[in-house]
Amino acid sequence: MSNGKVTLLEAVNLALHRAMSEDENVIVLGEDVGVNGGVFRATQGLRDSFGFKRVIDSPLAETMLGGLVVGMAAQGLKPVVEIQFMGFIYAAMEHLVSHASRMRNRTRGRITCPMVMRTPMGAGIRAPEHHSESTEALFAHIPGLRVVIPSSPARAYGLLLAAIDDPDPVVFLEPTRLYRMNPQPLLDDGKRLPLDSCFTLREGSDITLISWGASVMETLQAATALAERGVSAEVIDVASIKPLDLDTMEASVRKTGRCVIVHEAPRSCGVGAEIAASLYERVLLELQAPIQRVTAPDIPPPLYRLESLYMPNVEDILQACDNVLHFA
Amino acid sequence: MLHKVELPYTRFLSPDGQLLGELPAWADDFNLLTRLYRQMVLTRLFDQKAVALQRTGRIGTYAPTLGQEAIGVAVGSVMHAEDVLIPYYRDTAVQLMRGVRMEEILLYWGGDERGSDFAEPAAAQDFPICVPIATQALHACGVASAFKIRGEHRVAVTTCGDGATSKGDFLEALNVAGAWQLPVVFVVNNNQWAISVPRRIQCGAPTLAQKAIGAGFHGEQVDGNDMLAVYDRVHVALDRARHGKGPVLLECLSYRLGDHTTADDATRYRSADEVKQAWLEEPVKRLQRFMVDQGVWDEGREQALISECQGLVQRAVDNFEAAGTQAPESIIDHVYAQWPASLAGQREELLERAARRTGDASHE
Repeated sequence: MSNGKVTLLEAVNLALHRAMSEDENVIVLGEDVGVNGGVFRATQGLRDSFGFKRVIDSPLAETMLGGLVVGMAAQGLKPVVEIQFMGFIYAAMEHLVSHASRMRNRTRGRITCPMVMRTPMGAGIRAPEHHSESTEALFAHIPGLRVVIPSSPARAYGLLLAAIDDPDPVVFLEPTRLYRMNPQPLLDDGKRLPLDSCFTLREGSDITLISWGASVMETLQAATALAERGVSAEVIDVASIKPLDLDTMEASVRKTGRCVIVHEAPRSCGVGAEIAASLYERVLLELQAPIQRVTAPDIPPPLYRLESLYMPNVEDILQACDNVLHFA
Repeated sequence: MLHKVELPYTRFLSPDGQLLGELPAWADDFNLLTRLYRQMVLTRLFDQKAVALQRTGRIGTYAPTLGQEAIGVAVGSVMHAEDVLIPYYRDTAVQLMRGVRMEEILLYWGGDERGSDFAEPAAAQDFPICVPIATQALHACGVASAFKIRGEHRVAVTTCGDGATSKGDFLEALNVAGAWQLPVVFVVNNNQWAISVPRRIQCGAPTLAQKAIGAGFHGEQVDGNDMLAVYDRVHVALDRARHGKGPVLLECLSYRLGDHTTADDATRYRSADEVKQAWLEEPVKRLQRFMVDQGVWDEGREQALISECQGLVQRAVDNFEAAGTQAPESIIDHVYAQWPASLAGQREELLERAARRTGDASHE
């Protein structure tokens, strides 16, 4: 932390310290989270502050982690488990789909799974293969789960605290590209931000730009470029991928009549498709142009020499905005 | 043979109920033996009734526990109320001993989630039966981790079949249980069949118990049809786990006398001769013969017991059939602690759909 400003990564770390000091049932576990403080250092210092019983270095087995936290949570602990990279989360998937997300319903509320599964997501850090995916849509499709993606230090802090408080399982996805970028002032006051809500980052009247995760950065830059051309863009950070705050998005699109959705994940069956379909159901006749999506193509993230082609950039977003703004 | 590991195997009674050696002191307690026997009979009668209810369309698919009563009754008898059961789907015997009501088991297999909302306080923290194979072994390790973190002297007991020991979840569970020396007991009901796949082609290791050795803790085999042997070994295993001496894998050798489930037809893949042979070794008759030989059981007591158990089963069936169906909103209201406001429209749509289908306008 320098000059009272913190990065998104430091905000995650601050939230974990705060949650662990507020509630002794909160425990942190995962691969390399203890002595090493996590491969990105998100859990740095927790072991020294809270001891080895609450900050646990686990065997290298993601299926095990997915199952273990179901048992821990059922016993009243609040496990916050780190999966080292999103590319390795799939081994834990069965426990999310078949157990964590369903236990409350299966038992009519007798057994619950208050847990958070954190994992770094996304491309853009020249990482090795399997370290760059954005597969949030897979998780958003699971009833009973919440999926949250912060895009700033303040939202990482407030949303992670809210996720840990939440009585149901939350998948918390942290964009690695933003981890150490743009430090911002943050008051470590324990204030929670609401789950299930969008954040309107910039108000505007001509077009609505909807994004989440690392792409929020380019989306904001596109809005600035549009403003220079006299176009007033509203920017919404979806943040809560499941459930979606469609009311906020609907109100914005009703106002602007134009919408571009930007996400780093592949297009087909991406969360952008769900948002677009829902908006068409609600505001079809108020749209001045078809909704446009700016996404990765339906391909695996390429190795890093060409990964910038995979991620939408400001120009791509502006191109889509032009299409929408000049449609008939 | 490099992979040969010598592990203990325990059996006290021969298939025809003859004593093969010295019994542990606890077996002198004939009241205990009677309780164990009674519970096996109750389980078997309930199980038969459940199959009959499925055959007549009153419940859905059911996984019979026929022939494996001794294992479940032993586990249920030895567990303390404060321990936690993380069962698989062929665990009627243990569940009944934990205080899960017969009507709850019928509700579950009869298509109603209330069947996993156990009313009995001793079962309040027990998991519902687990259908995805072996995944429960990891949940048990999580439960045991919670006990260990909090310094509680409680044991997580999880059960599975022989097929489950082939799954990664099972092996990852053994690994973490050994690494952290968790208070967990893995009870493997090796009933020789994973649907149609026999034990001999399920795994190349001579025993399933030896998988514990690779994970760094104790494993052993026991005759799962010998009530006295299983009770003894489950008792030792739980005691060991409770006192911080680490996990145990107990492989109970039994035989699945029934079909995998009521949707299965085992005659497609195994011979009548094999099943006939297995009936000669089944656990209920075995303990009964021993007790008769000891002079603590006779035909009169047997008839009285059967009549008592049939009455209990019938009452449960009556309660089950009187339970009615849950309200439509029940399928939505337990998915989250509070149904998200942002999904409120979906709830309304569901209730409208329910109203349309019943012709009931009260939801409109």
